[in-house]
Amino acid sequence: MPSESMIRLADVSKSFPGSVRPAVTNLSLEVGRGEFVTLVGPSGCGKTTTLKMINRIIEPTSGQILIDGQDALATPAHELRRSIGYVIQQIGLFPHRTIAQNIATVPMLLGWEQARIDERVEELVEIVGLEREMLTRYPAALSGGQQQRVGVARALAADPPVLLMDEPFGAVDPIVRKRLQHEFHDLQERLGKTVVFVTHDVDEAIFLGNRMAILNVGGILEQYDTPTTILANPANDFVESFLGGERGLKRLGLLPVSGAELSWGPFVDVSSSPDEGRRVMEEHGVEWLGLLDGERLLGWVDGGALGTSGLEVLEPRPFLVTLSSDSSLRAALDAVVTGHARVAVVVDDGIYRGMLDLEAISEEITE
Amino acid sequence: MTWAQQSAPLVDWDWVARNWGQIVDRTWEHLTLTAVSVGLGLVISLALSILALRWRWAYGPITWVTGLMYTIPSLALFAVLVPIVGLNATNAVIALTSYTLLIIIRNLVAGIDGVSESVLEAADGMGYTRRARFWRMEVPLALPVIIAGLRIATVTTVGLVTVTAVLGLGGYGYFILRGLNTFFWTQILVGVVLSVVLATLFDIGFVWLQRFLSPWARRAR
Repeated sequence: MPSESMIRLADVSKSFPGSVRPAVTNLSLEVGRGEFVTLVGPSGCGKTTTLKMINRIIEPTSGQILIDGQDALATPAHELRRSIGYVIQQIGLFPHRTIAQNIATVPMLLGWEQARIDERVEELVEIVGLEREMLTRYPAALSGGQQQRVGVARALAADPPVLLMDEPFGAVDPIVRKRLQHEFHDLQERLGKTVVFVTHDVDEAIFLGNRMAILNVGGILEQYDTPTTILANPANDFVESFLGGERGLKRLGLLPVSGAELSWGPFVDVSSSPDEGRRVMEEHGVEWLGLLDGERLLGWVDGGALGTSGLEVLEPRPFLVTLSSDSSLRAALDAVVTGHARVAVVVDDGIYRGMLDLEAISEEITE
Repeated sequence: MTWAQQSAPLVDWDWVARNWGQIVDRTWEHLTLTAVSVGLGLVISLALSILALRWRWAYGPITWVTGLMYTIPSLALFAVLVPIVGLNATNAVIALTSYTLLIIIRNLVAGIDGVSESVLEAADGMGYTRRARFWRMEVPLALPVIIAGLRIATVTTVGLVTVTAVLGLGGYGYFILRGLNTFFWTQILVGVVLSVVLATLFDIGFVWLQRFLSPWARRAR
Protein backbone atom coordinates (compact mmCIF):
# COMPACT_ATOMS: atom_id res chain seq x y z
CA MET A 1 0.00 0.00 0.00
CA PRO A 2 1.50 3.38 -1.00
CA SER A 3 2.31 5.43 2.06
CA GLU A 4 1.78 8.82 0.48
CA SER A 5 -1.85 9.78 -0.05
CA MET A 6 -2.95 11.58 -3.21
CA ILE A 7 -6.59 12.04 -2.26
CA ARG A 8 -7.79 12.30 1.30
CA LEU A 9 -11.41 12.64 2.32
CA ALA A 10 -11.75 13.48 5.99
CA ASP A 11 -15.15 13.21 7.64
CA VAL A 12 -16.97 14.26 4.49
CA SER A 13 -20.75 14.46 4.50
CA LYS A 14 -23.29 15.50 1.92
CA SER A 15 -26.94 16.20 2.48
CA PHE A 16 -29.13 17.20 -0.41
CA PRO A 17 -31.84 19.74 0.38
CA GLY A 18 -35.20 18.06 0.69
CA SER A 19 -33.95 14.59 1.53
CA VAL A 20 -34.06 13.28 5.05
CA ARG A 21 -31.04 10.97 4.93
CA PRO A 22 -27.64 12.29 4.01
CA ALA A 23 -26.23 10.87 0.77
CA VAL A 24 -22.80 10.51 2.34
CA THR A 25 -22.20 10.30 6.06
CA ASN A 26 -18.85 11.14 7.71
CA LEU A 27 -16.80 9.39 5.07
CA SER A 28 -13.05 9.20 5.45
CA LEU A 29 -11.06 7.66 2.64
CA GLU A 30 -7.47 7.82 1.51
CA VAL A 31 -6.22 7.03 -1.95
CA GLY A 32 -2.49 6.51 -2.39
CA ARG A 33 -0.44 8.02 -5.19
CA GLY A 34 -0.73 5.85 -8.29
CA GLU A 35 -3.39 3.71 -6.68
CA PHE A 36 -6.51 2.50 -8.48
CA VAL A 37 -9.46 2.58 -6.11
CA THR A 38 -12.93 1.41 -7.06
CA LEU A 39 -15.99 2.72 -5.26
CA VAL A 40 -18.70 0.13 -5.36
CA GLY A 41 -22.07 -0.40 -3.74
CA PRO A 42 -25.80 -0.60 -4.35
CA SER A 43 -27.70 2.36 -5.76
CA GLY A 44 -28.14 5.09 -3.18
CA CYS A 45 -24.83 4.27 -1.54
CA GLY A 46 -23.42 7.67 -2.47
CA LYS A 47 -20.56 6.39 -4.60
CA THR A 48 -21.18 8.84 -7.43
CA THR A 49 -21.80 11.67 -4.98
CA THR A 50 -18.49 10.85 -3.32
CA LEU A 51 -16.67 10.91 -6.65
CA LYS A 52 -18.25 14.19 -7.69
CA MET A 53 -17.27 15.83 -4.43
CA ILE A 54 -13.62 15.23 -5.28
CA ASN A 55 -13.79 17.57 -8.28
CA ARG A 56 -16.57 19.61 -6.70
CA ILE A 57 -19.24 18.94 -9.28
CA ILE A 58 -21.07 18.41 -5.98
CA GLU A 59 -20.00 20.56 -3.03
CA PRO A 60 -19.72 18.69 0.27
CA THR A 61 -21.89 19.84 3.16
CA SER A 62 -19.07 19.32 5.63
CA GLY A 63 -15.65 17.75 5.92
CA GLN A 64 -12.32 18.22 4.25
CA ILE A 65 -10.93 17.06 0.90
CA LEU A 66 -7.20 17.16 0.23
CA ILE A 67 -5.72 16.51 -3.20
CA ASP A 68 -1.97 16.12 -3.20
CA GLY A 69 -1.94 17.87 0.16
CA GLN A 70 -3.89 20.89 -1.15
CA ASP A 71 -7.30 21.83 0.20
CA ALA A 72 -9.60 21.15 -2.76
CA LEU A 73 -12.29 23.40 -1.34
CA ALA A 74 -9.91 26.37 -1.23
CA THR A 75 -9.02 26.21 -4.94
CA PRO A 76 -11.38 27.79 -7.52
CA ALA A 77 -13.45 24.88 -8.81
CA HIS A 78 -12.62 25.37 -12.50
CA GLU A 79 -8.87 25.44 -11.80
CA LEU A 80 -9.09 22.36 -9.60
CA ARG A 81 -10.97 20.48 -12.33
CA ARG A 82 -8.36 21.23 -15.00
CA SER A 83 -5.88 19.19 -12.97
CA ILE A 84 -8.25 16.24 -12.57
CA GLY A 85 -9.24 13.96 -15.44
CA TYR A 86 -12.96 13.23 -15.55
CA VAL A 87 -14.79 10.50 -17.44
CA ILE A 88 -18.55 9.98 -17.15
CA GLN A 89 -20.84 7.17 -18.21
CA GLN A 90 -22.72 9.26 -20.78
CA ILE A 91 -19.27 10.21 -22.13
CA GLY A 92 -20.42 13.77 -22.87
CA LEU A 93 -18.24 14.44 -25.89
CA PHE A 94 -18.83 17.89 -27.34
CA PRO A 95 -20.88 17.25 -30.51
CA HIS A 96 -19.80 20.48 -32.21
CA ARG A 97 -16.10 19.75 -31.88
CA THR A 98 -14.01 17.27 -33.83
CA ILE A 99 -12.41 14.34 -32.05
CA ALA A 100 -9.06 16.18 -32.07
CA GLN A 101 -10.67 19.27 -30.55
CA ASN A 102 -12.49 17.18 -27.97
CA ILE A 103 -9.25 15.56 -26.86
CA ALA A 104 -7.54 18.96 -26.78
CA THR A 105 -10.17 20.49 -24.47
CA VAL A 106 -8.17 20.88 -21.27
CA PRO A 107 -4.84 21.78 -22.96
CA MET A 108 -6.77 24.52 -24.79
CA LEU A 109 -8.24 25.78 -21.53
CA LEU A 110 -4.75 25.77 -20.04
CA GLY A 111 -3.51 27.83 -22.98
CA TRP A 112 -0.97 25.40 -24.42
CA GLU A 113 0.66 26.32 -27.72
CA GLN A 114 -0.99 24.74 -30.75
CA ALA A 115 2.10 22.71 -31.70
CA ARG A 116 2.26 21.17 -28.25
CA ILE A 117 -1.46 20.42 -28.33
CA ASP A 118 -1.18 18.70 -31.72
CA GLU A 119 1.71 16.60 -30.53
CA ARG A 120 -0.16 15.57 -27.40
CA VAL A 121 -3.32 14.66 -29.35
CA GLU A 122 -1.28 12.40 -31.65
CA GLU A 123 0.28 10.75 -28.64
CA LEU A 124 -3.10 10.15 -26.97
CA VAL A 125 -4.59 8.62 -30.10
CA GLU A 126 -1.84 5.99 -29.84
CA ILE A 127 -2.29 5.52 -26.11
CA VAL A 128 -6.03 4.84 -26.17
CA GLY A 129 -5.99 2.89 -29.43
CA LEU A 130 -7.92 5.15 -31.79
CA GLU A 131 -7.36 5.55 -35.51
CA ARG A 132 -5.79 8.79 -36.68
CA GLU A 133 -8.43 9.27 -39.40
CA MET A 134 -11.01 9.77 -36.67
CA LEU A 135 -9.41 12.98 -35.48
CA THR A 136 -11.18 15.15 -38.03
CA ARG A 137 -14.59 13.55 -37.52
CA TYR A 138 -17.36 14.64 -35.22
CA PRO A 139 -18.40 12.48 -32.25
CA ALA A 140 -21.71 11.47 -33.86
CA ALA A 141 -19.75 9.46 -36.45
CA LEU A 142 -18.17 7.18 -33.82
CA SER A 143 -19.46 4.03 -32.10
CA GLY A 144 -20.07 3.98 -28.35
CA GLY A 145 -16.83 2.15 -27.65
CA GLN A 146 -14.81 4.55 -29.78
CA GLN A 147 -16.49 7.51 -28.12
CA GLN A 148 -15.51 6.28 -24.69
CA ARG A 149 -11.90 5.90 -25.83
CA VAL A 150 -12.06 9.55 -26.87
CA GLY A 151 -13.56 10.30 -23.46
CA VAL A 152 -10.58 8.64 -21.78
CA ALA A 153 -8.11 10.43 -24.10
CA ARG A 154 -9.76 13.76 -23.32
CA ALA A 155 -9.47 13.08 -19.59
CA LEU A 156 -5.78 12.21 -19.94
CA ALA A 157 -4.94 15.13 -22.24
CA ALA A 158 -3.23 17.47 -19.82
CA ASP A 159 -1.58 14.53 -18.04
CA PRO A 160 -3.47 15.04 -14.75
CA PRO A 161 -2.17 13.07 -11.78
CA VAL A 162 -5.71 12.14 -10.77
CA LEU A 163 -8.44 10.51 -12.84
CA LEU A 164 -12.07 10.31 -11.74
CA MET A 165 -14.27 7.86 -13.59
CA ASP A 166 -18.01 7.50 -13.10
CA GLU A 167 -19.16 4.15 -14.51
CA PRO A 168 -17.24 4.89 -17.70
CA PHE A 169 -17.93 1.55 -19.34
CA GLY A 170 -21.53 1.24 -18.19
CA ALA A 171 -23.14 2.36 -21.43
CA VAL A 172 -21.30 0.12 -23.89
CA ASP A 173 -22.26 -3.46 -24.72
CA PRO A 174 -20.77 -6.27 -22.59
CA ILE A 175 -18.19 -7.42 -25.13
CA VAL A 176 -16.82 -3.94 -25.76
CA ARG A 177 -16.96 -3.29 -22.02
CA LYS A 178 -14.77 -6.29 -21.29
CA ARG A 179 -12.24 -5.15 -23.88
CA LEU A 180 -12.22 -1.58 -22.59
CA GLN A 181 -11.73 -2.88 -19.05
CA HIS A 182 -8.70 -4.90 -20.08
CA GLU A 183 -7.26 -2.08 -22.15
CA PHE A 184 -7.78 0.40 -19.38
CA HIS A 185 -6.26 -1.97 -16.85
CA ASP A 186 -3.10 -2.18 -18.98
CA LEU A 187 -3.16 1.55 -19.64
CA GLN A 188 -3.31 2.33 -15.94
CA GLU A 189 -0.35 0.06 -15.26
CA ARG A 190 1.68 1.99 -17.81
CA LEU A 191 0.58 5.49 -16.82
CA GLY A 192 0.47 5.08 -13.06
CA LYS A 193 -2.34 7.58 -12.51
CA THR A 194 -4.24 7.83 -9.28
CA VAL A 195 -7.69 6.62 -10.25
CA VAL A 196 -11.01 6.71 -8.43
CA PHE A 197 -13.48 4.58 -10.31
CA VAL A 198 -17.18 4.27 -9.54
CA THR A 199 -19.08 1.18 -10.62
CA HIS A 200 -22.05 -0.88 -9.51
CA ASP A 201 -20.50 -3.96 -11.11
CA VAL A 202 -18.67 -5.97 -8.43
CA ASP A 203 -16.66 -7.94 -10.96
CA GLU A 204 -15.46 -4.76 -12.65
CA ALA A 205 -14.47 -3.36 -9.25
CA ILE A 206 -12.61 -6.55 -8.38
CA PHE A 207 -10.84 -6.72 -11.71
CA LEU A 208 -9.71 -3.10 -11.91
CA GLY A 209 -9.09 -1.96 -8.36
CA ASN A 210 -5.88 -2.14 -6.36
CA ARG A 211 -8.25 -1.52 -3.52
CA MET A 212 -12.01 -1.42 -3.42
CA ALA A 213 -14.21 0.65 -1.17
CA ILE A 214 -17.55 -0.99 -0.54
CA LEU A 215 -20.20 1.56 0.38
CA ASN A 216 -23.61 1.02 1.90
CA VAL A 217 -26.71 3.18 1.54
CA GLY A 218 -26.06 6.64 2.98
CA GLY A 219 -22.39 6.61 2.03
CA ILE A 220 -21.26 4.37 4.85
CA LEU A 221 -17.91 2.70 4.23
CA GLU A 222 -18.31 -1.02 5.00
CA GLN A 223 -14.89 -2.26 3.91
CA TYR A 224 -11.86 -0.78 2.21
CA ASP A 225 -9.11 -3.19 1.20
CA THR A 226 -7.57 -5.10 -1.67
CA PRO A 227 -10.00 -7.25 -3.64
CA THR A 228 -8.17 -10.45 -2.69
CA THR A 229 -8.39 -9.63 1.01
CA ILE A 230 -12.03 -8.60 0.81
CA LEU A 231 -12.93 -11.75 -1.12
CA ALA A 232 -11.11 -13.90 1.39
CA ASN A 233 -12.37 -12.05 4.49
CA PRO A 234 -15.55 -10.02 3.97
CA ALA A 235 -15.94 -7.67 6.92
CA ASN A 236 -19.63 -8.37 7.45
CA ASP A 237 -22.80 -9.88 6.02
CA PHE A 238 -23.47 -6.85 3.84
CA VAL A 239 -20.10 -7.13 2.13
CA GLU A 240 -20.44 -10.88 1.79
CA SER A 241 -23.86 -10.69 0.17
CA PHE A 242 -22.78 -7.79 -2.01
CA LEU A 243 -19.83 -9.76 -3.33
CA GLY A 244 -22.23 -12.47 -4.41
CA GLY A 245 -21.51 -16.13 -5.03
CA GLU A 246 -18.31 -17.77 -6.25
CA ARG A 247 -16.07 -15.68 -4.03
CA GLY A 248 -13.38 -18.34 -4.24
CA LEU A 249 -13.48 -18.33 -8.00
CA LYS A 250 -13.47 -14.54 -8.17
CA ARG A 251 -10.43 -14.52 -5.94
CA LEU A 252 -8.68 -17.05 -8.17
CA GLY A 253 -9.36 -14.67 -11.04
CA LEU A 254 -7.06 -12.15 -9.36
CA LEU A 255 -4.17 -14.46 -8.47
CA PRO A 256 -1.53 -15.11 -11.12
CA VAL A 257 -0.25 -18.55 -12.02
CA SER A 258 3.26 -17.39 -11.12
CA GLY A 259 2.24 -17.26 -7.45
CA ALA A 260 1.24 -20.92 -7.29
CA GLU A 261 3.55 -23.86 -6.85
CA LEU A 262 4.40 -25.49 -10.17
CA SER A 263 5.55 -29.06 -10.58
CA TRP A 264 7.96 -30.22 -13.25
CA GLY A 265 5.88 -33.10 -14.61
CA PRO A 266 6.92 -35.97 -16.95
CA PHE A 267 9.19 -33.84 -19.09
CA VAL A 268 12.59 -34.82 -20.46
CA ASP A 269 15.08 -33.28 -22.83
CA VAL A 270 14.79 -34.49 -26.38
CA SER A 271 18.37 -35.73 -26.18
CA SER A 272 17.45 -38.25 -23.44
CA SER A 273 17.32 -41.96 -24.14
CA PRO A 274 13.97 -43.78 -24.62
CA ASP A 275 14.68 -45.73 -21.43
CA GLU A 276 15.04 -42.52 -19.50
CA GLY A 277 11.70 -41.42 -20.96
CA ARG A 278 9.99 -44.62 -19.88
CA ARG A 279 11.46 -44.25 -16.38
CA VAL A 280 10.07 -40.69 -16.05
CA MET A 281 6.62 -41.77 -17.26
CA GLU A 282 6.57 -44.59 -14.75
CA GLU A 283 7.68 -42.28 -12.00
CA HIS A 284 4.74 -39.96 -12.74
CA GLY A 285 2.35 -42.78 -13.49
CA VAL A 286 1.36 -41.43 -16.91
CA GLU A 287 1.29 -42.73 -20.48
CA TRP A 288 2.67 -39.65 -22.17
CA LEU A 289 5.93 -37.78 -22.19
CA GLY A 290 6.68 -34.07 -22.56
CA LEU A 291 9.69 -33.17 -24.68
CA LEU A 292 11.96 -30.17 -24.22
CA ASP A 293 14.79 -28.77 -26.28
CA GLY A 294 16.84 -27.15 -23.56
CA GLU A 295 14.24 -24.83 -22.00
CA ARG A 296 12.00 -24.77 -25.03
CA LEU A 297 8.80 -26.78 -25.07
CA LEU A 298 8.51 -29.09 -28.08
CA GLY A 299 5.26 -30.90 -27.24
CA TRP A 300 4.23 -34.31 -26.05
CA VAL A 301 4.37 -37.85 -27.38
CA ASP A 302 2.31 -40.94 -26.59
CA GLY A 303 4.08 -43.44 -24.33
CA GLY A 304 3.47 -46.26 -26.80
CA ALA A 305 5.39 -44.42 -29.51
CA LEU A 306 8.67 -44.74 -27.66
CA GLY A 307 10.84 -47.33 -29.38
CA THR A 308 14.53 -48.04 -29.10
CA SER A 309 15.82 -45.21 -31.26
CA GLY A 310 16.36 -41.68 -29.92
CA LEU A 311 13.51 -39.33 -28.97
CA GLU A 312 14.53 -36.94 -31.79
CA VAL A 313 12.83 -39.15 -34.38
CA LEU A 314 9.40 -38.73 -32.74
CA GLU A 315 7.05 -36.00 -33.85
CA PRO A 316 5.78 -34.26 -30.71
CA ARG A 317 2.20 -32.97 -30.71
CA PRO A 318 1.44 -29.54 -29.33
CA PHE A 319 -0.41 -29.09 -26.02
CA LEU A 320 -3.89 -27.84 -26.77
CA VAL A 321 -4.13 -25.65 -23.70
CA THR A 322 -1.18 -23.72 -22.38
CA LEU A 323 -1.05 -20.83 -19.90
CA SER A 324 1.46 -18.09 -19.28
CA SER A 325 2.79 -17.14 -15.85
CA ASP A 326 0.61 -14.04 -15.74
CA SER A 327 -2.60 -15.93 -16.50
CA SER A 328 -5.03 -16.07 -13.61
CA LEU A 329 -5.46 -19.17 -11.50
CA ARG A 330 -9.09 -19.09 -12.54
CA ALA A 331 -8.02 -19.56 -16.16
CA ALA A 332 -5.66 -22.31 -14.98
CA LEU A 333 -8.49 -24.05 -13.14
CA ASP A 334 -10.59 -23.92 -16.27
CA ALA A 335 -7.74 -25.42 -18.30
CA VAL A 336 -7.20 -28.21 -15.79
CA VAL A 337 -10.89 -29.07 -15.52
CA THR A 338 -11.46 -29.12 -19.27
CA GLY A 339 -8.11 -30.62 -20.32
CA HIS A 340 -7.43 -34.34 -20.63
CA ALA A 341 -4.25 -34.32 -18.64
CA ARG A 342 -5.76 -32.93 -15.42
CA VAL A 343 -2.89 -30.48 -15.42
CA ALA A 344 -2.15 -27.20 -17.16
CA VAL A 345 1.10 -26.51 -18.95
CA VAL A 346 2.72 -23.16 -18.24
CA VAL A 347 4.73 -21.64 -21.07
CA ASP A 348 6.13 -18.14 -21.47
CA ASP A 349 7.12 -17.34 -25.06
CA GLY A 350 7.95 -20.98 -25.78
CA ILE A 351 9.95 -21.47 -22.57
CA TYR A 352 8.58 -24.28 -20.40
CA ARG A 353 7.90 -23.22 -16.81
CA GLY A 354 6.18 -26.23 -15.30
CA MET A 355 2.78 -27.76 -14.68
CA LEU A 356 -0.07 -26.78 -12.47
CA ASP A 357 -2.43 -29.36 -11.03
CA LEU A 358 -5.73 -29.15 -9.18
CA GLU A 359 -4.08 -29.62 -5.81
CA ALA A 360 -1.81 -26.64 -6.23
CA ILE A 361 -4.79 -24.50 -7.24
CA SER A 362 -6.99 -25.57 -4.33
CA GLU A 363 -4.14 -24.79 -1.99
CA GLU A 364 -4.30 -21.20 -3.21
CA ILE A 365 -8.04 -21.04 -2.54
CA THR A 366 -7.72 -22.06 1.06
CA GLU A 367 -4.77 -19.82 1.77
CA MET B 1 -60.29 52.23 -65.56
CA THR B 2 -60.92 51.10 -69.12
CA TRP B 3 -61.04 47.71 -70.75
CA ALA B 4 -58.00 48.64 -72.75
CA GLN B 5 -55.92 48.93 -69.58
CA GLN B 6 -57.30 45.71 -68.14
CA SER B 7 -56.57 43.67 -71.23
CA ALA B 8 -53.02 45.00 -71.43
CA PRO B 9 -50.26 42.39 -70.89
CA LEU B 10 -49.98 41.21 -67.28
CA VAL B 11 -46.50 42.61 -66.90
CA ASP B 12 -45.60 45.86 -68.50
CA TRP B 13 -41.85 45.34 -68.89
CA ASP B 14 -41.51 48.88 -70.15
CA TRP B 15 -42.73 50.12 -66.75
CA VAL B 16 -40.23 47.87 -65.02
CA ALA B 17 -37.40 49.30 -67.10
CA ARG B 18 -38.49 52.91 -66.55
CA ASN B 19 -38.83 52.43 -62.79
CA TRP B 20 -35.69 50.33 -62.30
CA GLY B 21 -34.10 52.93 -60.05
CA GLN B 22 -37.11 52.94 -57.76
CA ILE B 23 -37.22 49.14 -57.64
CA VAL B 24 -33.60 49.15 -56.47
CA ASP B 25 -34.38 51.78 -53.84
CA ARG B 26 -37.40 49.88 -52.55
CA THR B 27 -35.37 46.66 -52.48
CA TRP B 28 -32.81 48.39 -50.33
CA GLU B 29 -35.56 49.75 -48.08
CA HIS B 30 -37.16 46.32 -47.71
CA LEU B 31 -33.81 44.74 -46.97
CA THR B 32 -32.73 47.29 -44.36
CA LEU B 33 -36.10 47.34 -42.59
CA THR B 34 -35.98 43.55 -42.35
CA ALA B 35 -32.33 43.35 -41.32
CA VAL B 36 -32.53 46.15 -38.75
CA SER B 37 -35.71 44.75 -37.19
CA VAL B 38 -34.47 41.16 -37.00
CA GLY B 39 -31.02 42.30 -35.87
CA LEU B 40 -32.51 44.44 -33.13
CA GLY B 41 -34.91 41.63 -32.28
CA LEU B 42 -31.98 39.23 -31.92
CA VAL B 43 -30.09 41.57 -29.59
CA ILE B 44 -33.12 42.19 -27.38
CA SER B 45 -34.07 38.51 -27.44
CA LEU B 46 -30.56 37.50 -26.45
CA ALA B 47 -30.67 39.83 -23.47
CA LEU B 48 -34.14 38.66 -22.43
CA SER B 49 -33.19 35.00 -22.95
CA ILE B 50 -30.10 35.30 -20.78
CA LEU B 51 -32.37 36.86 -18.18
CA ALA B 52 -34.86 34.00 -18.53
CA LEU B 53 -32.10 31.37 -18.39
CA ARG B 54 -30.59 32.84 -15.26
CA TRP B 55 -33.85 33.51 -13.49
CA ARG B 56 -36.25 30.84 -14.57
CA TRP B 57 -39.27 32.58 -13.09
CA ALA B 58 -38.74 35.41 -15.60
CA TYR B 59 -39.35 33.15 -18.59
CA GLY B 60 -43.13 33.01 -18.02
CA PRO B 61 -43.66 36.79 -17.90
CA ILE B 62 -41.26 37.36 -20.83
CA THR B 63 -43.09 34.95 -23.13
CA TRP B 64 -46.42 36.30 -21.90
CA VAL B 65 -45.56 39.91 -22.80
CA THR B 66 -43.87 39.08 -26.12
CA GLY B 67 -46.74 36.70 -26.90
CA LEU B 68 -49.19 39.52 -26.29
CA MET B 69 -47.23 41.79 -28.62
CA TYR B 70 -47.28 39.05 -31.22
CA THR B 71 -51.07 38.97 -31.19
CA ILE B 72 -51.53 42.70 -31.88
CA PRO B 73 -52.46 43.18 -35.55
CA SER B 74 -49.62 44.96 -37.34
CA LEU B 75 -51.76 47.73 -38.76
CA ALA B 76 -53.11 48.48 -35.30
CA LEU B 77 -49.63 48.59 -33.80
CA PHE B 78 -48.41 51.05 -36.41
CA ALA B 79 -51.41 53.25 -35.68
CA VAL B 80 -50.90 53.08 -31.92
CA LEU B 81 -47.25 54.10 -32.33
CA VAL B 82 -48.00 57.12 -34.52
CA PRO B 83 -48.81 59.53 -31.65
CA ILE B 84 -45.70 58.34 -29.81
CA VAL B 85 -42.96 58.22 -32.45
CA GLY B 86 -44.69 59.55 -35.55
CA LEU B 87 -45.17 58.22 -39.03
CA ASN B 88 -41.65 57.09 -39.83
CA ALA B 89 -39.09 54.30 -39.98
CA THR B 90 -38.72 54.24 -36.19
CA ASN B 91 -42.38 53.37 -35.93
CA ALA B 92 -41.92 50.55 -38.44
CA VAL B 93 -38.81 49.16 -36.79
CA ILE B 94 -40.36 49.16 -33.31
CA ALA B 95 -43.39 47.27 -34.54
CA LEU B 96 -41.46 44.84 -36.72
CA THR B 97 -38.93 44.15 -33.97
CA SER B 98 -41.62 43.41 -31.43
CA TYR B 99 -43.01 40.68 -33.69
CA THR B 100 -39.67 38.87 -33.86
CA LEU B 101 -39.15 38.64 -30.09
CA LEU B 102 -41.47 35.74 -29.25
CA ILE B 103 -40.11 33.52 -32.01
CA ILE B 104 -36.44 34.24 -31.37
CA ILE B 105 -36.66 34.03 -27.57
CA ARG B 106 -38.54 30.74 -27.67
CA ASN B 107 -35.95 29.19 -29.96
CA LEU B 108 -33.04 30.61 -28.01
CA VAL B 109 -34.28 29.20 -24.72
CA ALA B 110 -35.37 25.89 -26.25
CA GLY B 111 -32.01 25.58 -27.99
CA ILE B 112 -30.00 26.23 -24.85
CA ASP B 113 -32.29 23.96 -22.80
CA GLY B 114 -31.81 21.24 -25.38
CA VAL B 115 -28.07 20.97 -24.80
CA SER B 116 -27.56 17.58 -23.21
CA GLU B 117 -26.89 17.33 -19.50
CA SER B 118 -23.88 15.09 -20.06
CA VAL B 119 -22.18 17.67 -22.28
CA LEU B 120 -22.65 20.29 -19.57
CA GLU B 121 -21.34 17.98 -16.87
CA ALA B 122 -18.32 17.09 -19.01
CA ALA B 123 -17.66 20.78 -19.68
CA ASP B 124 -17.84 21.52 -15.95
CA GLY B 125 -15.60 18.56 -15.23
CA MET B 126 -13.00 19.78 -17.75
CA GLY B 127 -12.83 23.11 -15.96
CA TYR B 128 -14.95 25.51 -18.00
CA THR B 129 -16.11 28.57 -16.09
CA ARG B 130 -19.85 29.18 -16.14
CA ARG B 131 -19.49 32.01 -18.67
CA ALA B 132 -17.09 30.13 -20.98
CA ARG B 133 -19.40 27.15 -20.89
CA PHE B 134 -22.32 29.31 -22.00
CA TRP B 135 -20.55 30.95 -24.95
CA ARG B 136 -18.40 28.03 -26.11
CA MET B 137 -20.71 25.09 -25.43
CA GLU B 138 -24.32 26.08 -24.94
CA VAL B 139 -24.61 28.79 -27.62
CA PRO B 140 -22.79 26.86 -30.40
CA LEU B 141 -24.78 23.73 -29.63
CA ALA B 142 -28.05 25.66 -29.62
CA LEU B 143 -27.17 27.39 -32.89
CA PRO B 144 -29.20 25.15 -35.23
CA VAL B 145 -32.33 25.80 -33.16
CA ILE B 146 -31.53 29.52 -32.78
CA ILE B 147 -30.99 29.91 -36.52
CA ALA B 148 -34.23 28.03 -37.19
CA GLY B 149 -35.93 30.73 -35.11
CA LEU B 150 -34.18 33.50 -37.00
CA ARG B 151 -35.34 31.95 -40.26
CA ILE B 152 -38.99 32.03 -39.26
CA ALA B 153 -38.66 35.51 -37.76
CA THR B 154 -36.99 36.88 -40.90
CA VAL B 155 -39.41 35.37 -43.37
CA THR B 156 -42.30 36.68 -41.27
CA THR B 157 -40.70 40.12 -41.15
CA VAL B 158 -40.20 40.24 -44.92
CA GLY B 159 -43.95 39.77 -45.21
CA LEU B 160 -44.77 42.33 -42.53
CA VAL B 161 -42.54 44.99 -44.06
CA THR B 162 -44.98 45.25 -46.98
CA VAL B 163 -47.64 46.38 -44.51
CA THR B 164 -45.48 49.36 -43.52
CA ALA B 165 -46.48 50.79 -46.89
CA VAL B 166 -49.27 52.49 -44.98
CA LEU B 167 -46.55 54.52 -43.25
CA GLY B 168 -45.21 55.59 -46.62
CA LEU B 169 -42.40 53.00 -46.34
CA GLY B 170 -42.95 49.39 -47.09
CA GLY B 171 -40.24 48.42 -49.55
CA TYR B 172 -42.06 46.27 -52.06
CA GLY B 173 -45.28 46.94 -50.18
CA TYR B 174 -45.20 50.40 -51.68
CA PHE B 175 -45.66 48.87 -55.15
CA ILE B 176 -48.44 46.60 -53.99
CA LEU B 177 -50.35 49.45 -52.34
CA ARG B 178 -49.92 51.76 -55.35
CA GLY B 179 -50.83 49.00 -57.75
CA LEU B 180 -54.00 48.23 -55.80
CA ASN B 181 -55.04 51.88 -55.80
CA THR B 182 -54.61 52.18 -59.55
CA PHE B 183 -55.46 48.60 -60.56
CA PHE B 184 -52.05 48.42 -62.18
CA TRP B 185 -51.18 44.72 -62.23
CA THR B 186 -47.55 45.14 -63.14
CA GLN B 187 -46.85 47.10 -59.97
CA ILE B 188 -48.72 44.62 -57.77
CA LEU B 189 -46.91 41.68 -59.31
CA VAL B 190 -43.49 43.31 -59.00
CA GLY B 191 -44.19 43.93 -55.31
CA VAL B 192 -45.54 40.43 -54.62
CA VAL B 193 -42.98 38.46 -56.61
CA LEU B 194 -39.99 40.37 -55.30
CA SER B 195 -41.21 39.97 -51.69
CA VAL B 196 -41.48 36.25 -52.17
CA VAL B 197 -38.06 36.13 -53.84
CA LEU B 198 -36.52 38.15 -51.01
CA ALA B 199 -38.08 35.91 -48.34
CA THR B 200 -36.83 32.83 -50.18
CA LEU B 201 -33.32 34.24 -50.49
CA PHE B 202 -33.22 35.01 -46.77
CA ASP B 203 -34.46 31.50 -46.05
CA ILE B 204 -31.81 29.88 -48.23
CA GLY B 205 -29.19 32.21 -46.77
CA PHE B 206 -30.01 31.04 -43.25
CA VAL B 207 -29.82 27.40 -44.27
CA TRP B 208 -26.35 28.05 -45.67
CA LEU B 209 -25.35 30.02 -42.60
CA GLN B 210 -26.48 27.19 -40.36
CA ARG B 211 -24.52 24.63 -42.37
CA PHE B 212 -21.48 26.83 -42.29
CA LEU B 213 -21.67 27.57 -38.57
CA SER B 214 -22.69 24.09 -37.43
CA PRO B 215 -21.11 21.62 -39.84
CA TRP B 216 -21.38 18.99 -37.09
CA ALA B 217 -25.16 19.09 -37.18
CA ARG B 218 -25.47 18.36 -40.87
CA ARG B 219 -26.28 14.77 -40.14
CA ALA B 220 -29.02 15.36 -37.65
CA ARG B 221 -29.21 12.74 -34.96
